[in-house]
Amino acid sequence: MADPLLDVSDLSIGFACGAVTTPVVHGISFNVGAGETVGLVGESGSGKSLTALALLGLVRPPGRILGGRVQFRGRDLLALSEEELRTIRGADIALVFQEPMTALNPVFTVGDQIAETLVVHGRADWPAARARAIELLDAVRIPDPSRRAHDYPHQLSGGQLQRVLIAMALSCRPSLLIADEPTTALDVRIQADILDLLRDMRAQFGLSLLLITHDLGVVAGMADRVAVMQAGRIVEQAPAKTLFASPQHSYTRELLASIPGDGGTR
Amino acid sequence: MRLVEVRHLTKAFARPRGWLRRPDETTVVDDVSFDIDEGETLGLVGESGSGKTTTGRCILRLIEPTSGEVRFKGEDVRAFAPARLRAARREMQIVFQDPYSSLNPRMRVDAIVAEPLVIHGIGDRSGREARVAELLQLVGLEPSMARRYPRDFSGGQRQRIAIARALALNPSFLIADEPVSSLDMTVQAQVMQLLMDLRQRLKLTCLFIAHDLRLVETVCTRLAVMYRGRIVEMGPTAAVFGSAKHAYTQALLSAIPVPDPTAKHTRITFEEASVNRTAPLRLMGENHWAAV
Repeated sequence: MADPLLDVSDLSIGFACGAVTTPVVHGISFNVGAGETVGLVGESGSGKSLTALALLGLVRPPGRILGGRVQFRGRDLLALSEEELRTIRGADIALVFQEPMTALNPVFTVGDQIAETLVVHGRADWPAARARAIELLDAVRIPDPSRRAHDYPHQLSGGQLQRVLIAMALSCRPSLLIADEPTTALDVRIQADILDLLRDMRAQFGLSLLLITHDLGVVAGMADRVAVMQAGRIVEQAPAKTLFASPQHSYTRELLASIPGDGGTR
Repeated sequence: MRLVEVRHLTKAFARPRGWLRRPDETTVVDDVSFDIDEGETLGLVGESGSGKTTTGRCILRLIEPTSGEVRFKGEDVRAFAPARLRAARREMQIVFQDPYSSLNPRMRVDAIVAEPLVIHGIGDRSGREARVAELLQLVGLEPSMARRYPRDFSGGQRQRIAIARALALNPSFLIADEPVSSLDMTVQAQVMQLLMDLRQRLKLTCLFIAHDLRLVETVCTRLAVMYRGRIVEMGPTAAVFGSAKHAYTQALLSAIPVPDPTAKHTRITFEEASVNRTAPLRLMGENHWAAV
């Protein structure tokens, strides 16, 4: 394989409390190839969301990167200045958050919030960005996008807000999309809709996807490879088919066993 | 024997007159009828806003129904005077969804679990202390933890405390309203296992409210599927999963993520306009009803 798009090696993150720094992510390594989807799976407190933040240089004090490298297109993201990071963040690497209800600003229209991304990254002026926002809303299958662009977040449902966030994330045509629990707050039918949309967008935009979730069911239908995190460590990493067919680590087996229902029999 | 009978239960929430707005009403539970037999676990499933939680609370009269009938052991719950209702609640208990808000953060665990006993005037101090220890053990917690506060416990442990409190009065009927939806997967599995063990040991009759169809599949003998305030399908779990009759149930089932990367999944989408919202439940198979 050629150099992966994203290559994380030996990444450690900790929280400082006075003179003591407690590591919470312990030297994890994984990569995401071009066009590949990698699932990062773990339970609350496993460090998966913190890892996502670290990739974008968004770990804030008392959190601190303790070591390791995050290579993206051959550049070490951890060594970049805030200014340099800002040109990559939201442009070449985009993030979709877990809580669509709180991720948007309630006092601006959704169209303007999508357009803002384009303007900030110098991709368009406001009129062009607003027009592009409507196209993006259409791309994420929001009905009647030219009217919806003028809606405020409270006028949209949770599923629609998640679509808006995806539209926003895709606005600058990133090559890597990090989706942190993108369907956790949603009802099961809406969850399936959003996953379908992510699959479509992945194909349409040639995206690489880092899918962070606690739900192995979600990962199974999406990911090429899966990394399982427990207490800040990646305990198992394998192609999805291998991981589900013959999990090696006891924790992976426990996670698989905890999926309710009789799963694959339907 | 029928333990719980619900007939034509309806709950409408009124929005008062506001500035430039006429008063209006939203019907959240719309003509819902079902029975729960003694020893049975009925699963009530639906998406957010479908009215499943309101239905559960109306049965206990935590929310007063607008109309309809609720019978517990043949008695009309809605006709109960306050004192009688309080006595009846000894037998009907509920475990809430969110163990972070359902436990008073300023009360110690022993006080939380003993509170139902105090309210109902059961036992003396030392008797209650012994009962609390027994209950904590029953739900898999150390009795020595009784002097701590909820903040010292994880989500799963808190839900165990909430279960201990619900069981303090030896109820015969337990409503579990999304008891594990805020918990991690492995913890979910542990708490579900606990609930199933307790149901067996204490011969509980349960109404299990959930949005996750995968959960109800293993624990419920029968299922009722709610959509926008109405039951659209009801029947034995195997029948509903195996041959769902209502378009909405089919869509829900097809949306369940399958933990198998090699599985080919076909989504069934649900067009609201395609169904008759007011269709009555019709018998489709043995004890299997659908509003088609």
